[in-house]
Amino acid sequence: MIVDYEVLKLIWWLLVGVLFIGFAVTDGMDMGVGTLLPFLGKGDDERRVIINTIGPHWDGNQVWLITAGGAIFAAWPLVYATAFSGFYFAMLLALFALFFRPVGFDYRNKIQDKRWRGAWDWGLFIGGAVPALVFGIAFGNLLQGVPFHLDELLRPYYTGSFFALLNPFALLAGLISLGMLTMHGAIWLQLRTGEPIAGRAKEWARKIGLATIVGFALAGIWLTLFVDGYKVVSMPPLDAISNPLTKEVVVDPYGWLTNYKQYPLTLLFPILGFAGLGFAVSLSMRDRAGLGLIMSGLGITGIIMTAGAAMFPFIMPSSSNPNSSLIAWDATSSHLTLTVMFWAAVIFIPLILAYTTWTYVKMWRRVTVEEIRSQDTLAY
Amino acid sequence: MLDSAMIELSRWQFAITAMYHFLFVPLTLGLSWMLVIMESVYVMTGRAIYKDMTKFWGKLFGINFALGVTTGLTMEFQFGTNWSYYSHYVGDVFGAPLAIEGLMAFFLESTFIGLFFLGWERLTKRQHLAVTFLTAVGSNLSAMWILIANGWMQHPVGAEFSFETMRMEMVSFSEVLFNPVAQVKFVHTVAAGYVTAAMFVAGISAFYMLKGRDLPFAKRSFSVAVGFGMASILSVILLGDESGYEVGDVQKVKLAAVEAEWHTEEAPAAFTAFGMPSNEDEETHNAIKIPWALGLIATRSLDEDVVGLKDLMREHEIRIRSGMIAYEYLQRLRNGEDTEANRGMFADHMDDLGYGLLLKAYTDNPAEATEEQIQMAVKDSIPEVAPLFWAFRIMVGAGVWMLFLFALGFYYNAKRQIQDKRWLLRAFLYSIPVPWIAAETGWFVAEFGRQPWAIGEVLPTTVAASSLTANDLVISLSAFIIFYTLLFLIEMYLMFKFGRQGPSSLHTGKYHFETQGSDKGDHSSGGAPSATAPARQHQGD
Repeated sequence: MIVDYEVLKLIWWLLVGVLFIGFAVTDGMDMGVGTLLPFLGKGDDERRVIINTIGPHWDGNQVWLITAGGAIFAAWPLVYATAFSGFYFAMLLALFALFFRPVGFDYRNKIQDKRWRGAWDWGLFIGGAVPALVFGIAFGNLLQGVPFHLDELLRPYYTGSFFALLNPFALLAGLISLGMLTMHGAIWLQLRTGEPIAGRAKEWARKIGLATIVGFALAGIWLTLFVDGYKVVSMPPLDAISNPLTKEVVVDPYGWLTNYKQYPLTLLFPILGFAGLGFAVSLSMRDRAGLGLIMSGLGITGIIMTAGAAMFPFIMPSSSNPNSSLIAWDATSSHLTLTVMFWAAVIFIPLILAYTTWTYVKMWRRVTVEEIRSQDTLAY
Repeated sequence: MLDSAMIELSRWQFAITAMYHFLFVPLTLGLSWMLVIMESVYVMTGRAIYKDMTKFWGKLFGINFALGVTTGLTMEFQFGTNWSYYSHYVGDVFGAPLAIEGLMAFFLESTFIGLFFLGWERLTKRQHLAVTFLTAVGSNLSAMWILIANGWMQHPVGAEFSFETMRMEMVSFSEVLFNPVAQVKFVHTVAAGYVTAAMFVAGISAFYMLKGRDLPFAKRSFSVAVGFGMASILSVILLGDESGYEVGDVQKVKLAAVEAEWHTEEAPAAFTAFGMPSNEDEETHNAIKIPWALGLIATRSLDEDVVGLKDLMREHEIRIRSGMIAYEYLQRLRNGEDTEANRGMFADHMDDLGYGLLLKAYTDNPAEATEEQIQMAVKDSIPEVAPLFWAFRIMVGAGVWMLFLFALGFYYNAKRQIQDKRWLLRAFLYSIPVPWIAAETGWFVAEFGRQPWAIGEVLPTTVAASSLTANDLVISLSAFIIFYTLLFLIEMYLMFKFGRQGPSSLHTGKYHFETQGSDKGDHSSGGAPSATAPARQHQGD
């Protein structure tokens, strides 16, 4: 095999990150658009304009989420098993909210009825806002540690409750997630629609963008002062067989700062988070939404990597039995599986980026009310 | 030991959500190719009616596709939420095809489907055809990877158990990829999807012909459908699933259960056409048997045995006892007694570990199971026979009925007499649900027939579930049922609405409901003007 097990474990930690970031900047944007739909669009034509800016792309974008899920299943089976069953009702909440999107997009325009379309608009709102919130809440809980343990046959048991997930820090993380994606969606709408929608979108981008920056700063302080991190005290070599029961982990009040102290370059991630959002807001205000969209994408990337870098190598720390924690070195699949998956990713991710770009290029334009009216039967 | 009510409900939830998802998959698989065919004709001949056909059937495709995507999300989540021990135990092997499916197939399908609907004005003819083609390729590749994953559940090749990681690990990706069960399942399943789409288009086109509406549109659609359907139904039947029964013990059990074959008969075995199988008595009551037929169907020979369930259960008992030893040595190894001798004993019995785990339904420690518990596990080692026996016969019956229909449809269509065969058109219309019945019963045979295993001979379903409570499942299952019922009603409403409207829903101004009353009628058709349709209906047969 060409790549070392140890290196592959690290690569897969990065690749899962790439898939999450891909999800956030593409489908996350669509979720932001969905969240804004009932507020930005006055009347049916305007709402159709909003929907049609993402109409050709939302389905492909959503596959980032599905592939991220599949990649976690294949690369970190125990994480997939523990997180999805532990966060049972939270996951189902996100799932049921996601149900509204495919049907909402496709069925909304099929019937000319105010109540029908209004109902789907709120469906698309739920399908955007709820998953954005839930995924943020899940991250907030990962940062605090999750009450679970593994028995001797590696069966995971979650011992918390659904409502325990909704603690203040996790809710803040949820709001940051919702905020950053909504801002991203607003800037997209500013770029791809005309007045008056673009003007309203600009207004929302500024407000939500600033709120998200404040939230991100607050979360940083909160995390530093009040959220305990974790630390691996002893573990087998990094290229050892993946077995999460062979290490010792302790709670370390400043554990989530260790990486930042040890590798100061990682401080670029929070800086990227702040700067990206900041530039995005300022560019959007100066009507340079194209560059602003890139900046908000970078800001989102920075925020996700900030959380990832703080926790590395932890993926899912256990608060009730720290030794059961799942980390990037001992919760992975076998060397062969990681290798096969690695090559699949190397081949297909560039291809996906290429043809996705082609579709964006082909469909690129400002969507206007006139265009929507002229294509009544085909457009969403 | 897991709560047995919770396990039972988890199974119901999985079955309901999987079978519901499978209502939408077959049509997508087949209709995507039919759209490629129709659009290719449009691009080659430039005749607008083929563009309208692509758009109209594409509209119905979209209504179906939306629910396919929606319900597919559930499948992605559900292994983790409800089958967490399964996810851990086999994720190393099972996860890979699912992830590759996303990267290679689902991205392709989903990225281009948006341009299929919205790109008509912005793409050249050839570009749009390429988009349609790539959508079809994507959805079919998607099915291939899912069935590689599913084939591995039936016949887990290319993997080995590791006591250190307490899971199955991949040892050969190519064996997983070229698993004979997966290959057979793929061909059988996509061909069944093609039949579904053909039946759907033929049935609805028949409806327009019966109503005397939009005849040029209906006849052309019907022609594409019966041609495609004839080829597909022949593939489904000729390349049927049964060749997969040659491999793997689980498949042997499934074959015996499907045929309610309790005792191994001397070759060539008789085929039980009808009867009342009972797991209780291990007997099929009131059986009507056709001599030699089973041997011919199952082994394609006159001298090979089809092993009966009772003999299989005797083999299972031996393997359960061996599995108890495997479990005992697994515990020793996991407790750190990693000696050469322990490894050797475990290696000798490792292949039967799954059989040992069947005892987990009755005891926490299979190594110390009682004789009574062993006998119960032996009883559990085969699926409930009666539902399989009947589901299989319904599937085959549906297949034969569709073969008959397509053959007649193909014949009369070729002779250009189809429009006058109103009884046949009516048969097509009312047979629209038949391929779905076949697909669902077929899926049921494949998956229920795998029981008691989640992964054949490796991981029992009872061990595979998450550590949830029955209460959790009551809540989630109720939510699924409510949501899915609502979505189904909405979907059916839209399907009927647009199905009835026909190509008029495209608002081109050329079709029935937009030309009704004016003398333009069904121009260029040579068929009857719409106003006479009701009269024609009475003339009927």
